[in-house]
Amino acid sequence: MLAPEPQAQPTATPPAAEAVLTVEHLYKSFGDNHVLQDFSLTLHRGENVVVLGKSGSGKSVLIKCIIGLLRAEAGRIVVLGQDVATLDHEAMDRLRAKVGFLFQSNALYDSMTVRENLLFPLRRHWLDHPRAQEGELVMQALEDVSLAHTADMMPAELSGGMRKRIALARTLILRPDIILYDEPTTGLDPVTAREIDHLIREVQHKYGTTALIISHDMSCVRLTADRVALLVEGRCYAEGPYDELSHRDDPKIREFFA
Amino acid sequence: MSANALLAETGALTRFTARFFREGFRPRYEVPELLYQCYVIGYQSLPMVGITGFIMGMVLTLQSRPTMAQFGAESWIPTMVGLTIIREMGPIITALIFAGKIGSSIGAELGSMRVTEQIDAMEVSGTNPFKYLVVTRVLATTLMLPVLTILADAIGLYASYVGINMKGVTTLALFVNNIFAGLTFGDVLPAVIKTFFFGFAIGLIGCYKGYYSDKGTEGVGQAANSAVVVSSLVVFIIDLVAVQLTGLLGLN
Repeated sequence: MLAPEPQAQPTATPPAAEAVLTVEHLYKSFGDNHVLQDFSLTLHRGENVVVLGKSGSGKSVLIKCIIGLLRAEAGRIVVLGQDVATLDHEAMDRLRAKVGFLFQSNALYDSMTVRENLLFPLRRHWLDHPRAQEGELVMQALEDVSLAHTADMMPAELSGGMRKRIALARTLILRPDIILYDEPTTGLDPVTAREIDHLIREVQHKYGTTALIISHDMSCVRLTADRVALLVEGRCYAEGPYDELSHRDDPKIREFFA
Repeated sequence: MSANALLAETGALTRFTARFFREGFRPRYEVPELLYQCYVIGYQSLPMVGITGFIMGMVLTLQSRPTMAQFGAESWIPTMVGLTIIREMGPIITALIFAGKIGSSIGAELGSMRVTEQIDAMEVSGTNPFKYLVVTRVLATTLMLPVLTILADAIGLYASYVGINMKGVTTLALFVNNIFAGLTFGDVLPAVIKTFFFGFAIGLIGCYKGYYSDKGTEGVGQAANSAVVVSSLVVFIIDLVAVQLTGLLGLN
């Protein structure tokens, strides 16, 4: 077996950029299934990092640990200067207001209209926001994803691509510093998937967000990544810009880029 | 289900119940959602419960009439039907209908929310999903089932009055007087009190099955199904315990 690449690889981001998300030596297991083993990764402000790995390699587990939906067994996760493991419920909620999460299944609330779906995180996180601004914020978020006309529709009336966009609008409404995308193009046709990829880039440019994108869709990786981290056997096997990794001869890396 | 699995399930349900009491009475209180759930669970169950109550009262009267007539005890029908409906038939039939309609819908709703990550989405949206989804629904079922039972009792008794008048003539005043003459608080109060426990059990089991649903869409069906089966069984067990307790208190 080849030894893993050293984790400090040349990156697309200048070293001066502020680290907004740091994962250090993370371990997570489910019974005998050791999903993450000594995984480390750093995200700098304003960059899009894609974590690339096979199905079942622990990519989704990683971002669920970052957002506090799963608790890691060992290691440290620092998000916007706060160690996730040390936060109580209230502090975690305040942090989550700054970290958007786009779920793989979109997770739109079936019983609510699109408008109510967008208002839900707004009202729950920003308890003292002026109600007069709500309509404007909802429409702004919907315009960002080009779906302003769907405000009063139910999620069941929307196509898969539209639901993905609405889920992204729901994430954007809180103007997060960091967005975690869990398989944003899975289950979409190639044309819609590319639209979502471009939307991820547009969000990055318009709001200067930092993004951690989980994917195994190589087109998505190529179009959205400033930097790619390969998750192999529970650890960050290699990282670097897409073009650089795609030219490496390491067979484990070639598996992804062949 | 093996004995070990049964014990593990019982333990998990006990922990779930403890969590309800631990989290349910701490702020932040989800009052608007509780009121909405009371509307959904209570008001929208009313037609089903009403129809069932009407049929229950009518059938009980029509079927008991020939037997009572054999003994020349037709005048005792209102008292007998009143006692039967208020003490046992009303609470148990309403609870079983409620378990079928509400227990299954809660199980399926929370189950589908679990498999489509809506519960996780709620958590990252600054909301404690246990409080927002579970506590509100369990409180709503606990509060609404007694109200529905009282309404079902009233509708069932009115149906009995209609049933009596299908083959005879009795005034409403005489019918009501006969019922109240045979009733004591010892008949009414335990019957109403046990419906709070029925409602609590139905809500809690429906939520538990849905909240911990897995195996994708198959799990949603299983959650809905087992919510009805287990909560119906628990309703009968609570009823058995209630009748023993009222017996010990000298109220039987």
